[in-house]
Amino acid sequence: MSEFFSIPRFKLPRLVAAVGAKLPQWPHSLALATALNAAARAGLLPADSVAMLEGRTFVVDVLDAGAHASFTYRGGVFRPLWQLPQDPDLSFSARLSAFLQLLARQEDPDTLFFNRELTIVGDTELGLLIKNMLDAVELPRLPQRPTLPIFRH
Amino acid sequence: MPHRAVPQLICPAGSLPALKAAVDHGADAVYIGYRDDTNARNFAGLNFDQKAMVAGIRYAQSRQRKVLMAINTFAQPGRAAAWQRAVDGAADLGVDAVILADIGLLDYASRRHPTLRLHLSVQGSATSYEAVNFAHREFGVQRAVLPRVLTLAQVETVIRNTPVEIEVFGFGSLCVMNEGRCWLSSYATGESPNTVGACSPAKYVKWEKSPGAMSTRLNGILIDRFGDDEAAGYPTLCKGRFEVGGETYYALEEPASLNVLEVLPEIAAIGVAAIKVEGRQRSPTYVAQVTRSLRAALDALASDAQHFQVKAAWQAELARVSEGSQVTLGAYNRPWR
Ligand code: SF4
Repeated sequence: MSEFFSIPRFKLPRLVAAVGAKLPQWPHSLALATALNAAARAGLLPADSVAMLEGRTFVVDVLDAGAHASFTYRGGVFRPLWQLPQDPDLSFSARLSAFLQLLARQEDPDTLFFNRELTIVGDTELGLLIKNMLDAVELPRLPQRPTLPIFRH
Repeated sequence: MPHRAVPQLICPAGSLPALKAAVDHGADAVYIGYRDDTNARNFAGLNFDQKAMVAGIRYAQSRQRKVLMAINTFAQPGRAAAWQRAVDGAADLGVDAVILADIGLLDYASRRHPTLRLHLSVQGSATSYEAVNFAHREFGVQRAVLPRVLTLAQVETVIRNTPVEIEVFGFGSLCVMNEGRCWLSSYATGESPNTVGACSPAKYVKWEKSPGAMSTRLNGILIDRFGDDEAAGYPTLCKGRFEVGGETYYALEEPASLNVLEVLPEIAAIGVAAIKVEGRQRSPTYVAQVTRSLRAALDALASDAQHFQVKAAWQAELARVSEGSQVTLGAYNRPWR
């Protein structure tokens, strides 16, 4: 990420988690599965690695939002799970800020793990595969400077 | 102002984005590996397939940076051809050097590819100038990476007595046991860095969450338990807490990352040719962060060695990405010989 934009380390107020937990969880799952499918279609996810996710179940738990998303990969498509699996193959939990920092490549997953800001429970090798798969994605280069809108006088 | 020669900066790349991050942030060379057990970071989804390798080598070399290929595990019985093919492949790809540990493979590479530059891997465990000179005499090795067990004075003795360039570790997780000879991972799992290309392979690792704590198990063996406010390290046996003489503590090694910033002027003064950053298993973000800090430090040293001072910002950035969130000078400043 550029120096012009950085995600601060923050924690959502407890209230958000309390309310969040009461909301239906499937929209998150649907959104995440849709995003992953879009990434796969765009050829961003290496095919050989993605194939190894077949039939596995995942839970992403956003602690301070009281939200979780769960999905599986079956028949070449990421599919949301409507019900939280009892015993997922892998679950990630972290606060929202940590997830955002990870996605923006602002923080290294191992660093977050060492600092206890990211927890991975389940099949560790599968977790490593996913981490490495995401690291290998070539993100489009962002412009170095935010482009400001030009106003006509 | 006199411009002082400083060591080259050698950075890890486990993926194409990591390689680009290293090059973009000032690495003089990157080291990479194949997606198999011919290198000591054989982790699921990590490393380069042929396509990524070609792209990576082009990216680095077109910017006048070097690419080193790590083929640093030991050829396994009956499968020596796989390691030889890896060397042939690296030579075909036009890498600037290969980093080897296996004596048989060094012999093969020196005969088969006489113009290919050879580096002796840290896994080759050469700690004395006799060992380094042997590799030079027999195989024409041009650089040796010293294990992280020597003091600075010992590193200097090696440099004074060999024509071979000397590379030392500058930053990253520590593998402390005379690299290449550690049996801890094999003891717990039957697999080790030199055989399958990974210490404490992930398939044996389990993290268990319980209220207020997280436990790490390696093949069922409890190696550590962290309270919620304690920093964690990699799940290797050497960084576990064990009960010894009625006390439970890090009996072998603390989880911490090596960081040589403080002794950088001495490292340059004794003639170290290159410093290496550990961490091919880490993300492009880490590579960018570490490369950027060390590049800034080396440039500061090069432009004005007299007034070199470690900046708090470099230290802070390096400490943050460190294992267990702490740094150490490792063996470099140990009083023992
Ligand atoms: S257990 Fe520790 S010292 Fe031994 S090989 Fe693994 S990282 Fe290195």
